[in-house]
Amino acid sequence: MTALLEVQNLTMRFGGLTAVDGLNFKVEKGNIHGLIGPNGAGKTTTFNMVSGFYKPSHGKVLLNGEDISGLPMHEVANRGVVRTFQHSTLFAELYVLDNALIGTHMTFRPNLFAAILGLDGAARREALDRARSSLEFFGLGDVEQELAGDLSHGHQRALGMAVAYASRPDLILLDEPFTGMNPEETRQMMDLMRRLCAEGTTILLVEHDMQAIMGLCDNITCMSFGKFLAEGGPAEIRNHPDVIEAYLGGARHVA
Amino acid sequence: MRNLFLWVALAIAVIILPNLVSFSQQEVLVFMTINILVVASYRLLTLTGEWSLGHVVIMGVGAYASALVTKELGLWVPLGILVGGLASALIALALSVPLFRMKGFYFLIGSFAAGEIIRLLWKRFRDPFGGAKGIKGIDPMPDFSIGIYQFDFFEPVSYFYFSAVVVAFCLWILWRIEKSPVGLTFHAVHWQDKLAQASGVNLRRYRTMAFVIASGFAGIAGALLAHYIGTINPNSFDVEVMVFVLTWAIVGGTGTFYGPILGCVVLTILNEIVLRELGLEQTRPLIYGLILILSILFMPNGLESIVQRVTRRKDAK
Repeated sequence: MTALLEVQNLTMRFGGLTAVDGLNFKVEKGNIHGLIGPNGAGKTTTFNMVSGFYKPSHGKVLLNGEDISGLPMHEVANRGVVRTFQHSTLFAELYVLDNALIGTHMTFRPNLFAAILGLDGAARREALDRARSSLEFFGLGDVEQELAGDLSHGHQRALGMAVAYASRPDLILLDEPFTGMNPEETRQMMDLMRRLCAEGTTILLVEHDMQAIMGLCDNITCMSFGKFLAEGGPAEIRNHPDVIEAYLGGARHVA
Repeated sequence: MRNLFLWVALAIAVIILPNLVSFSQQEVLVFMTINILVVASYRLLTLTGEWSLGHVVIMGVGAYASALVTKELGLWVPLGILVGGLASALIALALSVPLFRMKGFYFLIGSFAAGEIIRLLWKRFRDPFGGAKGIKGIDPMPDFSIGIYQFDFFEPVSYFYFSAVVVAFCLWILWRIEKSPVGLTFHAVHWQDKLAQASGVNLRRYRTMAFVIASGFAGIAGALLAHYIGTINPNSFDVEVMVFVLTWAIVGGTGTFYGPILGCVVLTILNEIVLRELGLEQTRPLIYGLILILSILFMPNGLESIVQRVTRRKDAK
């Protein structure tokens, strides 16, 4: 059986710097898969190649066996892989509900002529229902008429995920979803991700927060200096000597 | 119900208005009506965050196309106006290929260059564009009667009614587009193009769509103008006119649908009634420049922000 997402020998060079060097990993359907590593390990670069933001120098990204490497981001999204961004990247000037409606773009494609003639009423209602249900799912139902930029940090992160979820993707890529959250917000976010996964969405996340990663992921890939370091469940990774060394620098000798 | 009443009142005002003003002011009303369509179509493009300096030249494409097909091929003028709109849309589609490799400031400059190329082509080729002297003797709208009213297109009042109906219809379409999911996607492309793209929006397609639609309506406005004044030349569509369009849009504000229209109406009244009465026409560019600077300094969200403040206060009561 092929994995939902498979990364083969993925390499990214920026001039003389090799940010990601021959990376391989697989994301199985229905899993929460973590991508970790010290700062500068190339996690976000990997992420950007998978989502189509960068075109890899070498290697392939396979989605259900189909090569999607180098496709523009909207083409990748149309194949069911939707990403979020670091920080609170939202349509801050638009209402929360409109943010979610843009997330439904792929399912309910706007049609210019139908819109002018008023023939798209059914599609608009369905898109609205879909947007509302996505907001409800992330507990944003009662703020839908606020501007996205006015929301609290935790709500903004949730909205970022709601926008991604509105298209009901097969795979959501989350770029550091826990950054700047307090422990309580982190715990709530973890619950949301577990529920998202239970709904059948596969999740690949890049994260620094070790507690969240260890408590959440079924499978973890660890990178260091652009290279594959280790892979396994949380317990394996926690005790993996190479991982400890990468993070703490020669921790074996200290311990 | 209240809305319906407002629309009816507006329609009656539009019908009565030209009968209350002088002949030359009737002409100004016709130009203002056409300019409203230019500036409203320009706003559709700005929804995607791109500002063009070629919009007036694109309008000229519609004027030239309509003038040529009616004059040379004998096409019926109303159809010629439609052809003008289509021609502008098609030229915009062709221009979008190189222009949308750029965005922001580079797009602005690129659109200016593309516009100047078109204008120079008009000047260079006497056949069919008439060179620097342009095209003269463009067919007027044929007169017709709708029973209660006899349209005589030598009268500016008739042409005002005709263009008001055409422009109102075009504005209605522009409004429908803006309030539709397509319009929402334009906003998305403007505010966060990366997030929009991650949501599956083909940025290039939507930028092109906005550019082509805006250009099509500008073309219709240009054609309306051509068949009214009967003569057009490359200088009718130079960058000075573009500066007026920009001033209307900026002074009015581009945050709402009515903002640029408001800017166009207020500045036209100021220009034609106040300045002309005071005999200050020669200083028009100076005063326009001053208004632009003052409004950016003291009214960064345009005239529409004043309207919003007034209506909000009323709602609060």
